[in-house]
Amino acid sequence: MAEFWSGFLLPLIIMVLQILAITVPLLVAVAFMTYAERKIMGAMQMRQGPSIVGPFGLMQPFADGLKLFAKEQILPEGANRVVFYIAPMLTFFLALIAWAVIPFDYGVVLSNINVGVLYLFAISSLGVYGIVMAGWASNSRYAFLGALRSAAQMVSYEVSMGLIIITVLLCVGSLNLTEIVRAQEKVWFCIPLLPMFVMFFISALAETNRAPFDLPEGESELVAGFMVEYSSAPFALFFLGEYANMILMSAMTSILFLGGWLPPLPFAPFTWVPGIVWFALKIAFCLFTYVWVRATVPRYRYDQLMRLGWKVFLPLSLFWVVLTAGVLVTFGWLPK
Amino acid sequence: MILQGIAFYVFAALLVASGVMVISARNPVHSVLFLILAFFQAAGLCLLMGAEFIAMILVIVYVGAVAVLFLFVVMMLDINFRELRKGAMEALPLGALVGLILLAELAAVVGGWIVAPNVAAIAGAPTPSIDQVSNTQALGRLMYTQYVYLFQASGIVLLIAMIGAIVLTLRHRPGVHKQNIGVQIARRREEVVAIRKVTTGEGV
Amino acid sequence: MAFLDRAARSLFLTELLGGMALTLRYMFKPKVTLNYPYEKGPISSRFRGEHVLRRYASGEERCIACKLCEAVCPALAITIEAEPRDDGSRRTTRYDIDMTKCIYCGLCQEACPVDAVVMGPNFEFSTESREELFYNKQKLLANGDRWEAEIAQNLAAEAPYR
Repeated sequence: MAEFWSGFLLPLIIMVLQILAITVPLLVAVAFMTYAERKIMGAMQMRQGPSIVGPFGLMQPFADGLKLFAKEQILPEGANRVVFYIAPMLTFFLALIAWAVIPFDYGVVLSNINVGVLYLFAISSLGVYGIVMAGWASNSRYAFLGALRSAAQMVSYEVSMGLIIITVLLCVGSLNLTEIVRAQEKVWFCIPLLPMFVMFFISALAETNRAPFDLPEGESELVAGFMVEYSSAPFALFFLGEYANMILMSAMTSILFLGGWLPPLPFAPFTWVPGIVWFALKIAFCLFTYVWVRATVPRYRYDQLMRLGWKVFLPLSLFWVVLTAGVLVTFGWLPK
Repeated sequence: MILQGIAFYVFAALLVASGVMVISARNPVHSVLFLILAFFQAAGLCLLMGAEFIAMILVIVYVGAVAVLFLFVVMMLDINFRELRKGAMEALPLGALVGLILLAELAAVVGGWIVAPNVAAIAGAPTPSIDQVSNTQALGRLMYTQYVYLFQASGIVLLIAMIGAIVLTLRHRPGVHKQNIGVQIARRREEVVAIRKVTTGEGV
Repeated sequence: MAFLDRAARSLFLTELLGGMALTLRYMFKPKVTLNYPYEKGPISSRFRGEHVLRRYASGEERCIACKLCEAVCPALAITIEAEPRDDGSRRTTRYDIDMTKCIYCGLCQEACPVDAVVMGPNFEFSTESREELFYNKQKLLANGDRWEAEIAQNLAAEAPYR
């Protein structure tokens, strides 16, 4: 019994607690992300944003959540019941499991696997299934069109994203996320690889279906795209999943280009701040930029979106992969 | 060890089951979804073997890209299965032949381990143990040294396939107005707008 | 040179960054919106809101059932029935305004010779059912009593222009 306790049950409990320690703050962050988005967008459009519920409207996300869960669940006629309900669950689930490999500070990571970047990339490329399944299972034209658009869009931008990640990997020499951050101790990759950073950020926008690439939802043409038929809790799951994905992509951007938990300058006043705070600040900066872009740029037309992905980003990122590899080999900077 | 064993049997059983569902599901979209499940189980099996790179690549390439396009096409298709099944009996001999060849090849591969037991040792030999080198590195070393020609050749085959697909589908239709986005974006206000004071009765 | 200029502009995303800078500047500008249910914007004294039926200071209702408003109403929203009262004066027995039909043109107010029907400053009279928007005489008189102070002030302010 004692062996069972120390060998199996205790590690299990610790693991569950660790998972909760990641997911609960994440979900709170998601809730306040929606609030921050409305507030920032409001400010940029010279509006006030939510300001009634709680001080400065801070309780607004919880009011919204309560409202969403209290609504009626609707299953459209002719919808495929199983797939219809699996889709939002899958979206939400994928947005959460990716956090298993994100290092919050040196050694503060749930699972420090060797192929962390590939894992993240794999999970983010699976995100499309939630949308495609939702669109197909809803048995609605709008939802279906949204699903088709998102499938093509995400596949297109994954290509350039993969190439950008390869550039970073060339400079690091490891697929481990902790190693990637540690390789940036001298200089964050966003400085030598600035164009890649910009392209990664834009691809991340496309990957998370955010404005100006929010064609799958496209409320002005597709009503709400793949989410048309969803209501209540399944809709809330999509909503949470989308925002959790945004935070995930921001975390990925921070790790790959902004030096993860590293302070901006490696001396006294900066090093006093714990790494996790720097990491959170960097994520917050990326998220702010997400909202900022949304408040600034109008939605792309679909053919322009494809043109940008295939005719601009793909050649550019391919060129940078070759260039980076060439520079690294020429100057003998290749990591061991 | 027991946990690994259980995981192996779960993955393997699910893999076989979803493989069966792929060919037996009535709805083609369900087939593709089961195919994706099968890919996942295969990735899980790879992980159990310690081949995490292969597992992740399997998920990224097959699940993340190929199966999405499958799903894309299957969802768009409006297949009439009666029509499709009509010609099935005529194609049966050919299909059976292909199946037999595949089976024979598989048997040859599997049988190789029995016929020549040292094959396993040879195949496993070039890979150093896990604590010396990660499996990504090992794979890279092998692929870019011993198998570099094969690797490049497969790349060229894929390139040819890609060019072929483009050549087959690219059509230049005359009389289509196309947008030149570069030119449109390059237009500046100073170049195209002029503000003039117009005297009444005289015009510009 | 022009080509280089153009190439540099598109390479460094100047237009995009310019747009982003603009939104960032606007973020720190003062807000132009009001915190509506708690703050309200100013309303003109000519504002045409919810209808009221007014009374004289003595408490006698102003309306003399001349039916000019009923006649002028382009949306046919007003229905009036009249009978002589016990003291011989002509008064309405029924004065209904269908607020769902009303187009808030203000012609009834203009037509009224005794300033009885007036469009008050109230614009927050949404209801949960349609029936509640079929106003009768009682409701309109009650409105008049409620808004008399503001309406009298507005009418006084507008008097020089009439």
